[in-house]
Amino acid sequence: MEASDQRALFDQMVLIRTFEEAILREYHADKSPAFDIGAGLIPGEMHLSAGQEPVAAGVCAHLTTDDAVTATHRPHHFAIAHGVDLDAMTAEIFGRVDGLGKGRGGHMHLFDPATHFSCSGIIAEGYPAAAGQALAFKKRGTDQVAVAVTGEGATNAGGFHEAVNLAALWKLPVVFVVEDNDWGISVPRAASTPVDSNADRAAAYGIPGVRVEDNDVEAVYDAAGEAVARARAGGGPTLLEVHTLRLWGHFEGDAQGYRPDLETVPAKDPIPAYEALLREQGALDDAAVEAAHKSAQDAVETAIAFAKASAEPDAGSVRDYVFA
Amino acid sequence: MTTMTEQPTRRLNTAKAMVEAIATEMERDDNVFVLGEDVGAYGGIFSSTTGLLDRFGPERVMDTPISETGFIGAAIGAATEGMRPIVELMFVDFFGVCMDQIYNHMAKIHFESGGNVKVPMVLMTAVGGGYSDGAQHSQCLWGTFAHLPGMKVVVPSNPADAAGLMTAAIRDDNPVVFMFHKGVMGLPWMKKNPRSIGPVPTGEHVVEIGKAATPRSGSDVTVVTLSLSVHHALDVADELAGDGVDVEVLDLRSIVPLDTEAIIESVSRTGRLVIVDEDYQSFGLSGEIAARIAEHDPSLLRAPIRRVAVPDVPIPYSRSLEYAALPTPARIKAAILEAVGR
Ligand SMILES: Cc1ncc(C[n+]2csc(CCOP(=O)(O)OP(=O)(O)O)c2C)c(N)n1
Repeated sequence: MEASDQRALFDQMVLIRTFEEAILREYHADKSPAFDIGAGLIPGEMHLSAGQEPVAAGVCAHLTTDDAVTATHRPHHFAIAHGVDLDAMTAEIFGRVDGLGKGRGGHMHLFDPATHFSCSGIIAEGYPAAAGQALAFKKRGTDQVAVAVTGEGATNAGGFHEAVNLAALWKLPVVFVVEDNDWGISVPRAASTPVDSNADRAAAYGIPGVRVEDNDVEAVYDAAGEAVARARAGGGPTLLEVHTLRLWGHFEGDAQGYRPDLETVPAKDPIPAYEALLREQGALDDAAVEAAHKSAQDAVETAIAFAKASAEPDAGSVRDYVFA
Repeated sequence: MTTMTEQPTRRLNTAKAMVEAIATEMERDDNVFVLGEDVGAYGGIFSSTTGLLDRFGPERVMDTPISETGFIGAAIGAATEGMRPIVELMFVDFFGVCMDQIYNHMAKIHFESGGNVKVPMVLMTAVGGGYSDGAQHSQCLWGTFAHLPGMKVVVPSNPADAAGLMTAAIRDDNPVVFMFHKGVMGLPWMKKNPRSIGPVPTGEHVVEIGKAATPRSGSDVTVVTLSLSVHHALDVADELAGDGVDVEVLDLRSIVPLDTEAIIESVSRTGRLVIVDEDYQSFGLSGEIAARIAEHDPSLLRAPIRRVAVPDVPIPYSRSLEYAALPTPARIKAAILEAVGR
């Protein structure tokens, strides 16, 4: 892999982590000492993706903003990697009028037509829609691709299987991505899924299934590259599972009492691991690392300031946007 | 007014009261078991099953995959074989992925079998907003379930009723949808609602499904409501008492069956009706109650009926908009004042 491509993956992961650390800070700042989920500048549930950056960075490296991405209730890493405007996304998370959804949607419901990005708070809801986007691309004869993301927990939802079957049947240009972070809230994968690898399930639909181990961003990049190319060339869908890591709680405020692996988890952070590898290979030096952090910091602080400066929606507009 | 019997009580929050009722029934009857997402080690996202796994083990407190159609359907099958499953749908908003099992299967089997098959199960689920959880995690939707025949729909507002209604629901031979508002559970991570902790009788405690309660008697206007809105209505009533407006508050406690008699009785004394509903306004509970009054005797009313409900808009994320949509104390107060002509 070219050093410049490696640095792009690294920069992307740093930007995502920097963003989520800032959201984490803002979310908790006004909810302490007593945690009240409805209080503060960012109220409501907050699902952060720290640890899962390799999946978004590796997959989205092959996409342009003409391609579609549907993400989950844990959407920020894919939104950022796919190029959703950081300012408007942040404003939405803060519930402000300049947000992607003018304050109506919130962190689980980010919609950006400019990049064909969407996400949903309902498990597996985005899978069928991704098939539909791909159907539209195929009917129009473009070479656009749709990428659908779920967690490994969501692979047990009916919508997942119906969508994969449809896409396989119609040979649609979709890449189905499963982020296996081992947990569906408190339920370990072994207690929800009878096969070791969701890639095995691809066989039931007659499509290729690939599992990437070890949260390895370059392995994701390679596997996603093949899947995207196959989709663009009319070869139909691929099911791509990545064994990744949920570094933090299911949502903020989750004490994770059910989790036996917490003590060892911080050491498995994929970003320092990738940094070390690239330094060893000579693809990164101090200056490049510093530049990555500095540019991420700047972009994120700008976005947070933009969000905070944007107004709360006017209560009188509550009935707006129900119909077109 | 439902008065507590002379039974001794202890103070519990609503979540604990529910769990205790479930545990007592699990001890009484081996056929009772619990299944759903995160009901085991996590104890239910809204603490509806906390401690049950430790007490009863994984055979009777079963974590499920995220497969609502599958596991709610499985509960139905177990119920038709004579078991008494309690199945949790984590947020009512998720009903869309499993509604066929609920309304076409769970709710119709008894009817379709000509009464030969019973489906004695409880489907419990969290409802309600007020903490910016957005349009897919903040709805009440009880009107939807009540609209479709064949299932009882229970919605407690306080710990004692939650326990007594849960016991009744588990013992009921019908499918019962038990909807608890997150804001009345007494959760440590939600805004504190003082009425989410209260006295719960020890020993046998059953609240009959289908009987409304009158937590506050008054002579000027009847507020018919349920769930978290009961607390808002009581707060407003206390405030208005100082201004010489005597508000009666009726807590429905269940909407299938609906205690029409209690509503008519109250309105025939006060002559004024305000309906407060955290569900969408159109084609729902508030319209149904108004219709029942009109069908019975429109002349009971000395003023037009007022409705305080969600104005047919998905629940917005932003706090300013969400509170414009929800039936807040301010909106309830304004409606009461309009009804009494002040
Ligand atoms: C239909 C539906 N059922 C249940 C939920 C509640 N829920 C939200 S996230 C989640 C676990 C998801 O696990 P997984 O798919 O592995 O994704 P992860 O959170 O690990 O990223 C559950 C059960 C939901 N949002 N929608």
